[in-house]
Amino acid sequence: MSEGIVYWLQQALNAFQLGSIYALIALGYTMVYGILTMINFAHGDVFMIGAFFCFLLSSMLGLSFIPTLLLTMLGTALLGVIIERLAYKPLRQAPKVSAIITALGVGMFLENFTLALAPYPKQIPLLLENVTWDFYGIAISSIQIVIISLSLTLMFLLDYIVQRTSIGMAMRAISWDKTFVPLMGIPVDLIVSITFAIGAGLAGAAGTMYALAYPVIDPYMGVMVGWKAFICAVVGGIGNIRGAMIGAFILGTVEIMVVAFFPSTFKDFVAFSLLMLLIMIRPYGILGKPRIQKV
Amino acid sequence: MRKILSPAALFILSVICMLIGCGDNKQQDTIKVGLIVELTGDMPGVGASSKNAAQLAVNEQNSAGGISIGGKPYQIELVVEDNASKAEQSVAAVNKLITQDNVLAIVGPNASLGAIPAAEIAEYNKTLLITPWSTNPKTTLDTTTGKPKDYVFRACYTDPFEGRVLARFVLEKLKAKKVAVLYDVASEAPKSQADLFRLTFEELGGKTVAFETYTTGDRDFSAQLTKIKSANPDVIFLPAYYNDVGLIAQQAHRAGITQPLVGSDAWSSPELIKLSNGTVEGDYFANHYASDIATPTAKKFIDAYTKQYGNIPDDVAALTYDSMGLLFEAIKKSPSLDRKVVRDSLATLANYPGVTGNIQFTAGSGDPVKSAVIMQIKGDKFVWVMNAAP
Repeated sequence: MSEGIVYWLQQALNAFQLGSIYALIALGYTMVYGILTMINFAHGDVFMIGAFFCFLLSSMLGLSFIPTLLLTMLGTALLGVIIERLAYKPLRQAPKVSAIITALGVGMFLENFTLALAPYPKQIPLLLENVTWDFYGIAISSIQIVIISLSLTLMFLLDYIVQRTSIGMAMRAISWDKTFVPLMGIPVDLIVSITFAIGAGLAGAAGTMYALAYPVIDPYMGVMVGWKAFICAVVGGIGNIRGAMIGAFILGTVEIMVVAFFPSTFKDFVAFSLLMLLIMIRPYGILGKPRIQKV
Repeated sequence: MRKILSPAALFILSVICMLIGCGDNKQQDTIKVGLIVELTGDMPGVGASSKNAAQLAVNEQNSAGGISIGGKPYQIELVVEDNASKAEQSVAAVNKLITQDNVLAIVGPNASLGAIPAAEIAEYNKTLLITPWSTNPKTTLDTTTGKPKDYVFRACYTDPFEGRVLARFVLEKLKAKKVAVLYDVASEAPKSQADLFRLTFEELGGKTVAFETYTTGDRDFSAQLTKIKSANPDVIFLPAYYNDVGLIAQQAHRAGITQPLVGSDAWSSPELIKLSNGTVEGDYFANHYASDIATPTAKKFIDAYTKQYGNIPDDVAALTYDSMGLLFEAIKKSPSLDRKVVRDSLATLANYPGVTGNIQFTAGSGDPVKSAVIMQIKGDKFVWVMNAAP
């Protein structure tokens, strides 16, 4: 293959890896919005807690990759449910602004709680022995393959749950109508808890994979990544699961390609300008549909 | 009370409070020295080393009877402030130390990011400030006139010096013709090191094939590393803090980059070995001192430090120890505890035997005359390769 093609394929692979991680986090934002029309700003910090769970399990208990991943997902899922029960449920009838402020508060609590326990950046031990293959000049690492394939699997699994199972049907029903659906015998609280558990579990998986790819973690790592994932969800059409995935891969690609073309300082500036432009053209996001507000 | 306390009454009250407050100090007079370090934030390893070394220096001085001025013994009291590795918190810390704690002199901050603004405040308040580790030329220069500041000194060499030393080393010792540079464009020291490295390397006849940047807080360097890989350099110059180096080296390894990496003194934390998972094996960096070719003075410090804290002191520790030592020496040689007098005494010290070599300030400047060492990473150790001057 010519050198130019190799170069661009390599950059595309980099973009795909970054996009996969953004997608897993963006899904949590979009699911919670879909069901509660609330933006869970603590989600980026749940992702950070996931990375720290991963650190605890792998370096303190010495677990290998698969148990670390599963226990981390379980841990963050539980954390998601607890946050919802303690912080958001009492405010479900309150104005939306109150719930958003609470979410920001929960996020700061998680950051500072972690900061108090672990003020120094932590190094995650090698969870997977890395092998780099040379495929016609393109460097493909085993970690890249694991991240991309695992993310895609989780995304397809989620899509299946939402589209094909009765729990998924209940989720979609609640997001459609919050007044009459409970009257049909659908346990709203349970379904909301399950939604939070799935969203936070995916953030835990993202945290583990992030720690695998970028193995130095700190309490503030979730802030910027969280914002970016939130933007992915909005660009894709917030509330829409497939939209969040598309948004994430767009942002991943834009970020990598900007650095490939321009000085790196332009990265966030160009990426966010492009996304704003996209929102201006399609205010409801790529796959979002205008919702008719009932008076 | 019907009357509001008058200012005079308040003053008397506060004097009484101060007298009571001093009561439990056993009439022992103290000299307050401020220390501003990066205990939290991006480089806690730097802050911890610096604080440990300063505390060691103070303890040693105090247990040797303190410092006597005009026949009167004084104990040293260290006032430690955290600057969270941030510029604005450094300014707040230096203001607090000068106005609230009324310290005689200040040591720190270590990183240029905090040291430059802190130095401005110290100069304005005519308070002596010695930065152990800030290598940026701006720290000791007056930004408006371009002349050296009066009250700001450093115990280390400067970035331009280090950039030149490394460019020569890469070209002459590593026999590299093409280099790639990757640095944090939002951080002062890496930026000026990268610029000076490039300038010198090209002056000496080398070629810079890639000059890539990232921004503080970035975690993904895959796009930059892909660019660097396709430019096919002989050596990659990476003047980055050890936290970033850990991430970059591992990602470079995964991207199939096998060329040696060369770094700056910001690499020199023992944390680097852990953070990089073995991917910096055999790589080189410039440093202020090498613990394996220690002089007797250095040996004594290394032993005391290792005994107290359980690890070998890094360059920040050594430079902080030297900064404290320089300050104590200057105080001993000055007839009074006036800030100006102590400053003059420091500026004229001749050949102070420090851990990082003999230190003497260039006349009219806060920068010392020193040379650098080149270290190589072997296993979990930094091994001395050579002494280097440009």
